[in-house]
Amino acid sequence: MSADAPDLFEQQEINRKHSRWLIAFFVWFFGWLGFGGDFLLREATRGGRFGGYHYFFPWLTVVMLFVGTAVALYALHTGARKVLWATRAWPLLEPHDAAEKQLLDVVEEMAIAAGIQRPQVYLVEDDDPNAFAAGRDESDARIVLTRGVLRVCTRDELQAVVAHEMGHIKNLDIRLMTLLTALVGAVALMSDGVTQIVFGFGLRGDDSEKQGEDIFIRGLLLILFPVWILTWLLGPLVTRLITLAVSRDRELLADAMSAQFTRNPTALATALDKIEACEAPTTSIRASVAHLCICDPLGRAVNARRGFWADLAATHPPMEERIAALKGMAYQGSEPAAAGAPAGPG
Amino acid sequence: MAPIVVGVAVVAVFGLYFVTAYNRIVGMRNQVANAWNQIDVQLKRRHDLIPNLVETVKGAMSHERETLEAVIAARGRAVAAAPAGASSGPPSADVVRQTAAAEGALSGALGRLLAVVEAYPQLKALENVSSLQEEITSTENKITFARQLYNDQATAYNTTQQEFPANMVAGSAGAVPAELWAIADAAEREAPKVDLALGAR
Repeated sequence: MSADAPDLFEQQEINRKHSRWLIAFFVWFFGWLGFGGDFLLREATRGGRFGGYHYFFPWLTVVMLFVGTAVALYALHTGARKVLWATRAWPLLEPHDAAEKQLLDVVEEMAIAAGIQRPQVYLVEDDDPNAFAAGRDESDARIVLTRGVLRVCTRDELQAVVAHEMGHIKNLDIRLMTLLTALVGAVALMSDGVTQIVFGFGLRGDDSEKQGEDIFIRGLLLILFPVWILTWLLGPLVTRLITLAVSRDRELLADAMSAQFTRNPTALATALDKIEACEAPTTSIRASVAHLCICDPLGRAVNARRGFWADLAATHPPMEERIAALKGMAYQGSEPAAAGAPAGPG
Repeated sequence: MAPIVVGVAVVAVFGLYFVTAYNRIVGMRNQVANAWNQIDVQLKRRHDLIPNLVETVKGAMSHERETLEAVIAARGRAVAAAPAGASSGPPSADVVRQTAAAEGALSGALGRLLAVVEAYPQLKALENVSSLQEEITSTENKITFARQLYNDQATAYNTTQQEFPANMVAGSAGAVPAELWAIADAAEREAPKVDLALGAR
């Protein structure tokens, strides 16, 4: 491998670290949401309006920290299943036809090449070709392919696509990405609930305003409450932005690992070409799972560009760049591959 | 007092390095042994598959007797050369060379047989032939990838034990460079690339 080739162990460490940060961020985010509630309750019970009861201990913060931890752990352990459920993927245990048999064979071959356990194989009944991997680590990994991949790819290309997903599994991209997907989902769900509560709250707002006596508290509430609510509402957007920020260049690394496993970068290049050529968006893969896929299932134009804003908003590197990089590898690889034993930890 | 502290610290640093390097070398040796056993599993699978394939195509290929017999003979030699049981350490250089030679010859003979099968449309049309073909393609690939993994891990293992300063630890860890699986057989190198993609595309 060349000197600037990405280092597997470095990437694993980065993914472990980011996963921990993500969980920490998520738990503190919940804590902040609880703290806002505590603050409001504290101000509201000031001045003995409720028979001398003064809310002091930040119960909501404590409760929300626990809830956040619980949700994060739950997401870590069941995230992959949730993602599979969202795409309506079904486990391929016994092959029903030659194509499915070939897929299972190819997955086993690539597991050997990558030196990991054979991941579970799932199929999505969608005619548009796409693929992704999910799970916590090697022993909990799942590879998901749409029916379309089996339709358009030759055996070598299928091998390259599966090897690309093995790359995501091996460098632990799947842990971070699955966690993100599950947490984004949890925040979105929460935000939906809050939006409804806020609407209900707004209707009753007139009455409580008449009862309110302390101008200071009302003023404070007026400032703090919108900020707090904004956090609840913007939560999904923020988590979404995190998703985008972390995902773009790991596709290039997974491409490189695919080439390392198959020693055939050209097959991945032609596979990507074919997958890209099928213009129809992958309807059974929703936006929330897009950053997991080998090619953007939404066919967004922003992925075709580079630059600050495009890098911020896109989930995938430009396809041309990926294919060019793979062709470069094929050109370089023609010599050392013949020698038989490229260096680098398997 | 101070020289003693410095001395102890230096010894501790060296000791710590020794332990880390030793453990890393042992870990890598086990990985190499495991990779070798992976190859072994796939080779056994191939040995088991070949009689099946020969039996299936024999009837339709009576005048390809030579090709079939070459495969059977090569299989016999490969089975004889196969080491018995899983090894706990990396294979010896002799074992690797003998296995590589016998299996290489088998790969070459098998490749020629598959190429001949390609030339018999009526044979290819049989359902159990096409499923056998997939089975064999997959097994051949598994052998290739297991061999690739073995070579990669053996290379990493060899590099680690030869590099300074880990080479000073390698001796006491009982590390010996592992033999790479080189493709020695000319027939295997020339083996036609059989693309058994399902259905022509």
